[in-house]
Amino acid sequence: MGHAVRVIARLDIKGPNLIKGVQFDGHRVLGTAEQFGELYYREGIDELIYQDAVASLYRRNSLLEIIKKTAMKVFVPLTVAGGIRTIEDIRQILRAGADKVAINTGAVENPALLSEAVKVFGSQCIVSSIEAFRISDGKYQVWVDYGREVTGLDAIEWAKQVEGLGVGEILLTSINSEGMGEGYDIELTNRISSIVSIPVIASGGAGTKSDLSKVIRNGGAQAAAAASIFHYNYATPVNKPFMSFSEARLRMGEHIDSGNVDFLNHGYGGERACTVKPASIREVKEDMVKNGIEVRI
Amino acid sequence: MKNIVIVDYNLGNLFNLRRAFESVGTQVAVSADPEDILAASSIILPGVGAFGEGIKHLKERGLIAPLKEFASSGKPLLGICLGMQLLMTTSEEHGTWEGLDIIKGMVKRLDPPGDGDIYKVPQVGWNSILKQFNSRGLSWNGTVLDGVDEKAYMYFLHSYYVIASDTRDILAETIYGRNRFSSIIKKNNITGCQFHPERSGEAGLKILKNFAEL
Repeated sequence: MGHAVRVIARLDIKGPNLIKGVQFDGHRVLGTAEQFGELYYREGIDELIYQDAVASLYRRNSLLEIIKKTAMKVFVPLTVAGGIRTIEDIRQILRAGADKVAINTGAVENPALLSEAVKVFGSQCIVSSIEAFRISDGKYQVWVDYGREVTGLDAIEWAKQVEGLGVGEILLTSINSEGMGEGYDIELTNRISSIVSIPVIASGGAGTKSDLSKVIRNGGAQAAAAASIFHYNYATPVNKPFMSFSEARLRMGEHIDSGNVDFLNHGYGGERACTVKPASIREVKEDMVKNGIEVRI
Repeated sequence: MKNIVIVDYNLGNLFNLRRAFESVGTQVAVSADPEDILAASSIILPGVGAFGEGIKHLKERGLIAPLKEFASSGKPLLGICLGMQLLMTTSEEHGTWEGLDIIKGMVKRLDPPGDGDIYKVPQVGWNSILKQFNSRGLSWNGTVLDGVDEKAYMYFLHSYYVIASDTRDILAETIYGRNRFSSIIKKNNITGCQFHPERSGEAGLKILKNFAEL
């Protein structure tokens, strides 16, 4: 009996909506973020990550209202990412109800932001978000702006550097694996978790419930974040490849005012096929228990 | 009418703590004013960050004496995370610091992982609270843990931990890596809790509800 591995749901958000893409592209709307967040809390998630999908591009985080609403109902840790560039940005997000912020682009542009933020708010609430793209010779590049821009940074070296800047955790996303449903990038996770002494959250690629156990056991991660396998589990009726707008529970919310709503209108099928095998939070955790991993059930 | 006050000394996020109390039907005030603190029916000393910073902020706001006075009044006081650590006699966080010395004991750093260890420091995540080993274990009845399952998981976020000098002050212990530490201490009207009840799901909310009803 000891400490439990964290199972985290990652919600990519545009406007009020929860969206999901493949390799940070081709996003479809799945419902509202707020309702998914609350549902995941009730279903036993250990932590939530809210990623503003367009913030970095527009240089601002637009999630304050959603964070506030979530904080009224959700009593597990909430990490917010996207578009954070100043101490004031962090202050606003924490005040709205987040427990931690995860910073990628803002830190690459100005690494001192991390050390300054650690000094002001403490390392426990500053997470370094690293989005890594594997290139042919087994190296990993750091990408920024939600998978849109390449930097010259090596992801492994950057991980070591951000640890030195004092951050409390690393949120590590494999861009190659993200949304593909073919499993996490175990090698990337392993290389980084073995050289830093702070916790690593593996993100990107969970396609089946057992992928989370694998990245914990083989990748050395302290936590695993997943998106699609949870989103499609809760947004989709089991045993039903198609669905229609009239089914209220599929909508998971009201505000479908922007983005690609084909999934909500027409469900899966053809090129819209789902890349993952959906699973509930409980199913994921039970699989971990089977694999000898302690979780909070 | 209860008058519960969260002590605001400019360290940490008090909003979530306040919202968590509200979700269990308890209104709480947030104040840095010594008069409000002394007039309160119960107080909560929260806090995140470094011990030295915490003490410095308390001193700057003239809160050391009022907190000690409140503690000796017999009214309920709950320290959370750094707020728990500040109740102790001394801390070894970046030097040696004197704490409020309301409960005897010290604050030490979690042992770093050695070869073959898979844990990390800080501890970030869920861990279980256990009754004390090698003793009959104190009853949780009538404490903030009343009705909370033994081995319940709580959310921890810390690099330092508390060792209470008197084992009779230890209500619950937790094991992390190479350390076994006091995750909840209680001495008379004073309770300290290393984890964050406001982030620990329904089990954590139960603790806050119990505290509000003490």
